[in-house]
Amino acid sequence: MTLLDMIGPVMIGPSSSHTAGACRIGQVARQLLGQIPTHAEIGLHASFAKTGKGHGTHFALIAGLLGYAPDDARLPRAFEEAASADLVFNFETADLGDVHPNSARITVSGNGQTVTVLGSSTGGGVIEIVRVDGFKVSFSGGAFTLLTRYHDAVGVIAKIAGLLAADQVNIAALTCDRDKRGGNAMLCVELDQSLGEAAQKFLLSWPGMDWVRMVRPVMDAGIVAPVLLGTTA
Amino acid sequence: MTLDEILNAPSPASQWVLDSDCAENGLSPAIVKEAMRSRIAEMRDSVERGLASAAPSITGMVGWNAKGLWDAPDVLQAPLLRRVQAYAMAVNEENARMGRIVAAPTAGSAGTIPGALLGVADHLKISDDDLVMPMVLAAGVGKAISKQMFISGAAGGCQAEIGSSAAMAAAAVTELLGGSSRACVHAAAMALMNTIGLVCDPVGGYVEVPCVSRNAFFAVHAVSSAQLALSNLESFIPPDEVISAMAQVGRMMPLELRETAEGGLAQTPTGLAVTARMEGK
Repeated sequence: MTLLDMIGPVMIGPSSSHTAGACRIGQVARQLLGQIPTHAEIGLHASFAKTGKGHGTHFALIAGLLGYAPDDARLPRAFEEAASADLVFNFETADLGDVHPNSARITVSGNGQTVTVLGSSTGGGVIEIVRVDGFKVSFSGGAFTLLTRYHDAVGVIAKIAGLLAADQVNIAALTCDRDKRGGNAMLCVELDQSLGEAAQKFLLSWPGMDWVRMVRPVMDAGIVAPVLLGTTA
Repeated sequence: MTLDEILNAPSPASQWVLDSDCAENGLSPAIVKEAMRSRIAEMRDSVERGLASAAPSITGMVGWNAKGLWDAPDVLQAPLLRRVQAYAMAVNEENARMGRIVAAPTAGSAGTIPGALLGVADHLKISDDDLVMPMVLAAGVGKAISKQMFISGAAGGCQAEIGSSAAMAAAAVTELLGGSSRACVHAAAMALMNTIGLVCDPVGGYVEVPCVSRNAFFAVHAVSSAQLALSNLESFIPPDEVISAMAQVGRMMPLELRETAEGGLAQTPTGLAVTARMEGK
């Protein structure tokens, strides 16, 4: 949480949690797929389902999937923009269990890949991503976040931490989860800097490493001051 | 960041807030100040659009209030009061029309800070450059509040949103007019303690009624708090204790009164009729 989260975001109305936060959850889902999806299945939970329509939640989620930020003037026209981007989508009401009332589950697919993201909008445009492909994760989009899926084995996390250290990247927070011992595992690491592209490719080349994504910040401090957060992009 | 820490910082409090937040997040003070400057420009832009437009919102419940007040004769001969109210409603009516605004701290409470801070500054002919550091302080107060309490109506009722925005605005106006760190924090505490218990009962679940007029009322509330604090009046209950009292009340608040549109104004016959009409659309 930074000062720029309290005065901000600059956004298209009418609701910081139902509009701006929803857009940011969509932005994260797009990044996890790695491209604008060709298909999206969206489940809206509790307050998102109940009062989403009046708050532009549907437009905002689709805008995020198209890569628009919460202040993008195209946000209210996101459905039309999706049609021209060949993005097909479907909304339904979903009981997502014991999560924040403002939550959505988004399954996006495209280019032969599929990712499912569960995110909550907790107030003032702040979000928390709590599940990716069913694995427990925890990240806010306030920092660069590395997500990896791999075969659970001794030493994988140590090797990843070593790679980050070698690239002078500091770990801010870390969560990991697996489906079973020796099964599939996911590691979610919030970083103070972005891991370089070469290091990301090297990581993906490791045996047992299935999937690697670097999510760029969607919160303002990370966007306004990316140089200070460690990237020149 | 706590209100007590801000209260004990050397005056002006905003400098300590800026330095401490930047150190915590690895940000440059110059970049944060520049971002605040551009947000003030965005606020001003939304005020101007809102004052000029009478276009109705999606539901047709609001849209003409800010312009209506701004164009009406000043019968009370209280130009500051009228300006603060009109600016606040202008922003929230832009918000209700899906216009571009600055959440501060939320979109539903986005009019309070521009109403109070830009309103007072324009009344006293103070330039926008002088609003940057007070805006930093407003953000710091918001951060201190959000540390102990949610800032969404769904979690804590309207008190959590409009109470926070009014406290942030009260501190900012107090600093703008030369108040000490102590006075700024007491202004925030008095704004908060007089908002405790306010429910979130939006008609149809839309951020329109009572949200638009509520921002006008609480922008004035913030200016009142600043006036008391600048005269060295203080909150008897220590500021951080006021936040925890508000958080406690938020936790006791029934779900029906926390942004679900299942109580209060939303459940009046007129409120239910709006819901039914919009569901038919």
